[in-house]
Amino acid sequence: MGQHLARTGPNVTETVISCHGVSKIFGPDPGAHLARLKADPQTSSVGYVQAVRDVDLDIQRGEMLVVMGLSGSGKSTLVRCLSRLIDITGGTVTIEGQDIATLSETALIDLRRRKMGMVFQSFGLLPHRTVLDNVAFPLEMRGQDRSTRYARAREMLELVGLKGREAYFPRELSGGQQQRVGIARSLAIEPDIWFLDEPFSALDPLIRREMQDEFLRLKGLLNKTIIFITHDFDEALRLADRIAIMKDGRIEQCDTPDQIVLHPATEYVAKFTAEIDRARVVRAGSLARQLSGAAEGEAVAATRTIRDLARLLVADRREVIPIADREGKIIGGMNRQVALDVLLGEAT
Amino acid sequence: MTSPAARGIGMAGLLFALALCLALGKLILPEGLIRPPEWLMQPFADWINAAFYFLQNDLGLMSLTRAFSDVVEWLLDVTANLLYGKSRWPNIGPIPWIVIAITAFMAGYALKGWRLAALSGGTFVWIALMGQWKWAMETLSVIVVAAPFSVFLGLLMGVLAWRSPKFERVLNPILNIAQSLPHFAYMIPVVVFIGVGPKAGAIVTIIFSVPPMIRMTLLGLKKVPEEVIEAGKMAGSTRWQLLTRVRIPTARSEILIGVNQVIMQCLAMVVLASFIGMPGLGQKLLQLLQSLKIGLSVEIGVTIVLLAVTLDRLSKAWALRLPEHGAPSAQWLQRNRLLVVWIALCAAGFVLAQLAPYLHEVERKQALSVAGPIDAAMDQVIRIIAPVTAWLRWFLITWVLIPMRDAYLWLPFTAVLALLAAIGWAVGGMRSALICLAYFGLIAMSGWWDRAMITVYMVSISVLIAALIGLPVGIWAARNPTRAARILLTCDTAQTFPSFIYLIPVIMLFGVNDVAVVAAVVVFAAVPIVRYTIEGLCNVPPELVEAAEMSGANRRQTLWHVQLPLALPTMLVGANQSVMFSLFMVIIAAFIGTQDLGQEMQRALSSTDVGKGLVLGFAVAFMGLMTDHLISRWSDDRKRALGV
Repeated sequence: MGQHLARTGPNVTETVISCHGVSKIFGPDPGAHLARLKADPQTSSVGYVQAVRDVDLDIQRGEMLVVMGLSGSGKSTLVRCLSRLIDITGGTVTIEGQDIATLSETALIDLRRRKMGMVFQSFGLLPHRTVLDNVAFPLEMRGQDRSTRYARAREMLELVGLKGREAYFPRELSGGQQQRVGIARSLAIEPDIWFLDEPFSALDPLIRREMQDEFLRLKGLLNKTIIFITHDFDEALRLADRIAIMKDGRIEQCDTPDQIVLHPATEYVAKFTAEIDRARVVRAGSLARQLSGAAEGEAVAATRTIRDLARLLVADRREVIPIADREGKIIGGMNRQVALDVLLGEAT
Repeated sequence: MTSPAARGIGMAGLLFALALCLALGKLILPEGLIRPPEWLMQPFADWINAAFYFLQNDLGLMSLTRAFSDVVEWLLDVTANLLYGKSRWPNIGPIPWIVIAITAFMAGYALKGWRLAALSGGTFVWIALMGQWKWAMETLSVIVVAAPFSVFLGLLMGVLAWRSPKFERVLNPILNIAQSLPHFAYMIPVVVFIGVGPKAGAIVTIIFSVPPMIRMTLLGLKKVPEEVIEAGKMAGSTRWQLLTRVRIPTARSEILIGVNQVIMQCLAMVVLASFIGMPGLGQKLLQLLQSLKIGLSVEIGVTIVLLAVTLDRLSKAWALRLPEHGAPSAQWLQRNRLLVVWIALCAAGFVLAQLAPYLHEVERKQALSVAGPIDAAMDQVIRIIAPVTAWLRWFLITWVLIPMRDAYLWLPFTAVLALLAAIGWAVGGMRSALICLAYFGLIAMSGWWDRAMITVYMVSISVLIAALIGLPVGIWAARNPTRAARILLTCDTAQTFPSFIYLIPVIMLFGVNDVAVVAAVVVFAAVPIVRYTIEGLCNVPPELVEAAEMSGANRRQTLWHVQLPLALPTMLVGANQSVMFSLFMVIIAAFIGTQDLGQEMQRALSSTDVGKGLVLGFAVAFMGLMTDHLISRWSDDRKRALGV
């Protein structure tokens, strides 16, 4: 739990959000209940809901963390603790070194106005405002004048591909389009931290796929710290730098997708990953071992998945295939037999 | 059988047996158990009068109410000048009727299209041509002032109640009582503080129409989706920004439905405020009814109905209108096309009115009144059906109404209390039994027991007849979706009419007596029963009906065993409304001669006896609240049992 292994994401190490022992309990007197639980973990929790339990988490600048869990696992509550939409019961959340629980209301509002953007599952659009006014809303709250905020809102709408729909009202748009408005609105203030709470769950599968692609494109364009909530494991695998799997308010494992698939930390995580086609998740880099001798033949890129390499793995006759990182430097060798096992879904 | 339920029925049975014994053994009962004894009665009226006297003189409340009423009066003068040319500042009125008709037409067109435009424009044309312009404008000028006040006050209190649960807890019972107090109960204190006339009429209208606005504001604010609020917070809104730019605009529909209810309540009250000297359509109607001028009162009735329907449709169209996008690059002229057309038409209207005075003001002698022919025709009709109505009147009075009234009055009050406790216990256990006892015990202590029993008798006979008519009509209508829709629309429309209107046809047919009152109440009370029966039956899930049909049930079996049980909770809501409506109507109908609480209330009104008036008002409110408690409790239990 809460272990931070080497990451494969962008090369930054500055911690933006840091959670330490974060708990959230709903009930008549949550503070007292937390104290009782600390003294004796066996205390009965009748009448209380422990939505988040003792979560430690560090999120690096520019990283994309996906929080994954079934409904009721506390993932939505956790993300609301990070933005202090909900006040936490125990522990600390610091954003850029500042404990957000100690912020005054004005300071909190200021933090949200400058640094945070959030996208919601059922969009949370204001029904009485046009698309343009919805996107300009956070800028309006900041007190920016009309022409600047409309210019910026237009720019955002163009970015998400809704140019020409400025004068529409939310109810006149499809679900996918409404979520694009939500995304544009959350990006209007150029936030450093971007929260997405199951943004694509309310959409039908085809649109969801399209929106994921769109999201990956935006992610590439904008270098932001992203906390993404989903209950869809495939979505998590597709998008994440790191995945935190939650169950009953605890984080079961927090790691890169291939580590989660190859080395599940708990039985629960193993059950989750059992049905997954590993070949599509595991990248060549994670199978790389120290080379004993000189590498023979052409190297493959560490970022490619085993599925991408399927044809090569079957056709190649080498025992060990060299792996190269982004700069083309050889970082190790992959045992072809092991890779074939992954490809064919045999146990590792 | 679960034991608590069994015990409940057992206790209820015991109480019922007690009631029966008390009734049967009346001859041997001591006097103190038959009529409420002297020592039981409390001088509630004196206490209330003392409290009011204190408020009036010692708290300086008088100057506050005076100040408020001066503001209202000033506004009333302005609208009076604009609408019917009363000689007050700004001295530019009256606006020609054609301009107002054009405005109404354009408002209808902008909100819903041609049909609403025709209705609202046509209403004002009718009013002008029938020579009722001044009366209608007197009525309207009060609504124009009162409705915004109520909306503002309601919004304010609604927001406060939403902000502070403590305030909501205090407000809720007050609203419950306020919404079950009959109209007259509001008038008496206002007469004491303000006097009689348009000013008092406006203020009583404001007070009367605030409660639904508070309710709808609160409901709307509570219904705003959590994610929308979170989106607002994440955008960095302050609390004030969150309230004014996120919560209230998102609750727009509910708040505007509140505005619609305010307007309808205003109209209902303004018409009745004629009892405290409010001029306008209501006063005219009252005078005409009292002198039995049927033709003219029918014309005024049509005007009031048209106004009610127009105001209702306009405000509802506003509430339900969904925003639509315009062309993004439209010019100002294009975007505000309707505004420009309206201004142009109004200008044309002003010019035409200068050229042709007929379009400015229709003189009484130019009016197209058809009262003469209506009177003649009505005479014919009445002559033809007179034998029937006379027989019906005789039959009802001799064989139904008088025996029933005597029976109600004959019952010892202890028997009535025991019976109510039995019903309460059967429905909701000891708590409900105690609630019933408390409400009726207070009525017994007020010293108005006999009058109250007459009101109870009028209401119960009327609701019974209304149910006998309404249930079959509802069941029949629900069989066919188009028919159901049509009848629902009729019910909706009928519910917008001010209650006063229902008296016109019954007085026409039956003259001035108990039968007329009962007939008016029956019609008024049947509407909610029909309406909720249809809604209940139409909302039964179709797969349940299909399942019943596939099990080989015939239509009657499906109705009895599937549809009616499932529709029952909804139908009970209708029964509840029906009782409320009849209570109000019985009280209003007092002026055509009943001997119940309503008559006493009118006496209190003419002698401005606040204490007596409020005691009587509370007596009526308690009857309503008790019925409401019993029916909602039962309906909730049924709903829970059905799992809906």
